[in-house]
Amino acid sequence: MGVVAPNAVGLDNFSTAIQNGKSGIRFLPEMEQLKFACQVGGVPPVTPDLLGNYFSALTLKQLKAHGIRFGCIAGIDAWKDAGLSYPVEKESEPNWEAGCIFGAGMSGMSVIRSGIYMVDEGKVKRLGSSLIQQTMPSGISAHLSGILGLGNQVSTNASACSTGTEAIIMGLNRIRQGKAKIMLCGSCDSYGPYVWGGFDSMRVLCRKYNDSPTAASRPLSETAAGFVPGSGAGAMVLEDLDHALERGAKIYGEIIGGYTNSGGHRQGGTMTAPNPVGIQKCIQGALADADIGPEEIDAISGHLTSTMGDVLEIKNWSEALNRKGNEFPKINALKSMIGHCLSAAGSIESVAAILQLAEGFLHPSINCEDLHPEIAQVIDPDCIPQEKIAIPLNIIAKSSFGFGDVNSILIFKSYKS
Amino acid sequence: MQEQEIIEKLTTVIKTYVEDKEALDGITPETHLINDLNINSAHLVDIILDTEEAFDIEIDDESAEQMLTVKAAVDIVSSKLSS
Repeated sequence: MGVVAPNAVGLDNFSTAIQNGKSGIRFLPEMEQLKFACQVGGVPPVTPDLLGNYFSALTLKQLKAHGIRFGCIAGIDAWKDAGLSYPVEKESEPNWEAGCIFGAGMSGMSVIRSGIYMVDEGKVKRLGSSLIQQTMPSGISAHLSGILGLGNQVSTNASACSTGTEAIIMGLNRIRQGKAKIMLCGSCDSYGPYVWGGFDSMRVLCRKYNDSPTAASRPLSETAAGFVPGSGAGAMVLEDLDHALERGAKIYGEIIGGYTNSGGHRQGGTMTAPNPVGIQKCIQGALADADIGPEEIDAISGHLTSTMGDVLEIKNWSEALNRKGNEFPKINALKSMIGHCLSAAGSIESVAAILQLAEGFLHPSINCEDLHPEIAQVIDPDCIPQEKIAIPLNIIAKSSFGFGDVNSILIFKSYKS
Repeated sequence: MQEQEIIEKLTTVIKTYVEDKEALDGITPETHLINDLNINSAHLVDIILDTEEAFDIEIDDESAEQMLTVKAAVDIVSSKLSS
């Protein structure tokens, strides 16, 4: 696995950060200058030195799309962590059994901006060779396949904030169909005023905590005031179990099921709000796909964005699983530390979910000391860890929902050889 | 501008696009940008843009298509500078 998150870059740093409840949210002066109501956000600490470990000087001169940079770092890290050979020789034959589904949101926004200025000034000739590969939606999967020599399906999916989780489900299905042995799955997204402006105008971003950035993202809290925008990338190598065992790969866990659907903007669902029936059907679809009962879920890594949607999500989980009070699974929100990383959210949060499963802990869900009373009516407050807890976990569910009324849910299980 | 100066400036432009720095050893006027220096053909466009900027000249399409060796590039830049 690999991860580029606002509170840490790299798997070990990330594991430590989430166990310690470390926030990656900070005040961003540029957003104040541009009169954003929300002036806090999550930008991964990617330094020039770190970039130099992954990209040549020429690539860095041309590759300006932050999202693609993040995605490549996470993807390369995941590939190496899986024990697959790297760097991959340019002259070698592609690995026909290995592919990539890597989702993206607005990963090349800054490049689009500079390109538009040149075109408007009549300088189309000066756009050069690198604009298209950074602004096409599939820019990230295209870059990764070139770096790693991937010869199976190479594609980018997009389903707003459920993108990352959906990418993993798509890779899972490709392997289940017997059409690939290895799928590098993940997602990435960029940051900054051009990516986040539309959300600010919609008034869905947090605008009350500009002077206390680390308290701004407060999923499950009564004083949650909108989501905090984040960015980054998460990646993992999915592999056919026999294939992984044969080559002695490091195994973090098993993906035993996943389900994707849409609420169709009906029954209360809209472009921006989820249809509760759709979410509950998605939860039940994932359970059926994993062939487990609702009582088998030990913990949930929620979508939980720090909006009014949090109450609705808890109610939907409770109804779909028919579990409440202290019978409800443990649940936490990674967004409390890293904000909402949009298209990158599902993959970063899936990496966190699997780390918790493999290392036997639950990270704190910070900033929810004042639990929302409507949530407390449904589940016992003890279901939400305020501090890191060491706990053996067998099954953890990961949910992601997105604009367009789309849902994706994954079921991860600990691996015992 | 002296030819030597043109060569030095051009080499700096071209170097940026050479991933395999060893290929730069023994660069001669006959050195082919794609075949000898393994430059990605898509980057020829960028080399032309950078050359235009470095020498403050405009390279027309016909000349651009011929810019495949160091010598051809030097000749094109020299003629544009003198015209």
